[in-house]
Amino acid sequence: MSDFAVELRDVVKTFQTPEGGSVNAVDHVDMGIRHGEFFSMLGSSGCGKTTSLRMVAGFEWPTVGEVYIEDHPQGHRPPFQRPVNTVFQNYALFQHMTVAQNVAFGLEMDKTPVNEIKRRVGEALAMVKLSEMGKRSPRQLSGGQQQRIALARALVKRPKVLLLDEPLGALDLKLRKEMQLELKALQREVGITFIFVTHDQEEALTMSDRIAVMSRGKVLQVGAPVEIYERPNCKFVADFIGDTNFLDGQVSAVDQNKVTVFVPRLNNDVVGMGNGQLKPGDQVVISIRPEKIRLSEQSTLNQNCLPVRITNSAYIGSDTRLEVEANGVKLKVWEQNHISTLDPRAYHQGDQQAWVTLFPENALVLPAE
Amino acid sequence: MLRKLRESKSFQGTLLVTPTLIFMVGLLIIPLILTAIISFGQRSSDGGVIYTFTLENYTRLVGFSTSCDNGAASCFDPLYVNILWRSLVLAFQTTILVILLAYPLSYFIARAPAKRRNTFLFMVLVPLWTNFVIRVYAWMMILRTQGVLNGVLGAIANALNIPFAPLEMLYTPGAVLVGMVYEFLPFMILPIFTSLEKIDNSLYEAAADLGANTFRTFFRVTLPLSMPGVVAGTILVFIPVMGTFIVSDILGGRQVILVGNLIQRQFLDARDPTFGSAASLVLMVMTLVVTYFYTRKFGLGEEIIIA
Repeated sequence: MSDFAVELRDVVKTFQTPEGGSVNAVDHVDMGIRHGEFFSMLGSSGCGKTTSLRMVAGFEWPTVGEVYIEDHPQGHRPPFQRPVNTVFQNYALFQHMTVAQNVAFGLEMDKTPVNEIKRRVGEALAMVKLSEMGKRSPRQLSGGQQQRIALARALVKRPKVLLLDEPLGALDLKLRKEMQLELKALQREVGITFIFVTHDQEEALTMSDRIAVMSRGKVLQVGAPVEIYERPNCKFVADFIGDTNFLDGQVSAVDQNKVTVFVPRLNNDVVGMGNGQLKPGDQVVISIRPEKIRLSEQSTLNQNCLPVRITNSAYIGSDTRLEVEANGVKLKVWEQNHISTLDPRAYHQGDQQAWVTLFPENALVLPAE
Repeated sequence: MLRKLRESKSFQGTLLVTPTLIFMVGLLIIPLILTAIISFGQRSSDGGVIYTFTLENYTRLVGFSTSCDNGAASCFDPLYVNILWRSLVLAFQTTILVILLAYPLSYFIARAPAKRRNTFLFMVLVPLWTNFVIRVYAWMMILRTQGVLNGVLGAIANALNIPFAPLEMLYTPGAVLVGMVYEFLPFMILPIFTSLEKIDNSLYEAAADLGANTFRTFFRVTLPLSMPGVVAGTILVFIPVMGTFIVSDILGGRQVILVGNLIQRQFLDARDPTFGSAASLVLMVMTLVVTYFYTRKFGLGEEIIIA
């Protein structure tokens, strides 16, 4: 038995476009989702994340390649024969049934004995803290409650894998944050593998054990949230997750992981961290996160220290967000306000001269696209 | 006046309702009251109405007869009861057949790609562009002894060397049923289509995801969610079928007489408006009673009628 609860092997899904052409919504995707993990597929709309999920559920079949669930190839198996259940984006609750009937539906389809259905429906409703609501119509419930019923309806079948298609997308921000934590806690409690599709990077970072970042039908990077954020493997991932500054340049020297890059717009060398596959002459882009740039009145005498002028400053409470200009190149710099004071001199203001230090370990050298 | 119109919601409402209200009172409520009054009256020798109060017309309808073959003062004559019963049975048969034909077609149209759906609906509606009576006459051409259907059947029998005598299809209850089903099919297709189209695709997916195969998805999800359409369609079909007389007149001839024909003949041929009025009211009550019990069980289909 492999480590994977679900595996996509070289999966392609081609759709016909209305204009008569065809497009690969999912383009040669290889992905393994481990047993019991909270796995997110993250990307903007049209990146292939939902199509990938639907192929695991059985609503779509791969054009090429194979989906494995618990090491079994799924082929053209219909959804009702797969050991997975789905929580839909719009919840897809049956309005002509009560809440309890909705939750019981899947068990009835399995011909579970009536007594057991009753017990398990009760447990499932208790799990999502809606025991009192069994006799109501889904129409009478709030969005958050409907969301939980959809969750209970899917989990009551004890699937090997639970598939969630942007389940929090329709909720307001506050409720969404609450549900994120609840969902994560629930996943730990039941120990079922969750595959979660979202376009919200913060949501993915908060909840996931691992994240697959997708774009244009391809998986760009799979890793833990900290890897995705701290060690993006390409410009797209660095740009998509969080905020960052990019500096275009050309590799002039490589010393193990330390890469010296000539940045023409700064007319200066910047030293950064490479991934070991770069060689002199490569076109690269340096990515450095705004909170990882050090701003100071004096030069730090570091090799990556540049004189700048602060052009813009915005106090947002926890941070002060600055825009600085070095030789015409604009950089975003975020300073944490870790001292409580009303003294304006404690915060950097616009139109000041200063120095920024781009510490080499914070400057990631990535291949240019 | 204008200022009051702008500011008063209730005044606006009254103004919007008034034309229809005048229409309904003038052409429905008042005639209905007149019909009720006339139905308790007596026919005068010249075909007019003598306003009095007698239940004679109603007792005649339920089979009480004073002109008996055996010379008795009164006896039971099932003529009108049979007509009422025949109308009721035919309306039931028509409605059930129409549902059975309309449902699969509506399902097919509702699940077709959006672009084709309009074409299909258009095709369903095309027959309604032709006059009702002309379409019924077309069925006469198809069903009569020298008609299209017998021609085709004869040609097939001839080719297969089977002896063939033209079938007598016209002027039978079957012909009336076929005509009714044909005439009222679109009125069932449209509401069922509307209710099926409203079912979100994710509900079918959810059912499949939870373990329901196609068959069980249909009976547990599709059918219950489309019942409002079936109910609305039934109301749109059952009530007119109970009262219509053109189809039975043309395709049933003198053989298949329904309440509609009875009423029409009382007013036009027999010149007995009192008996015709009584029959009209009985028809209305019968229809209302059936509709009442039906909608009590399945709802009013209001989602569809409102949509």
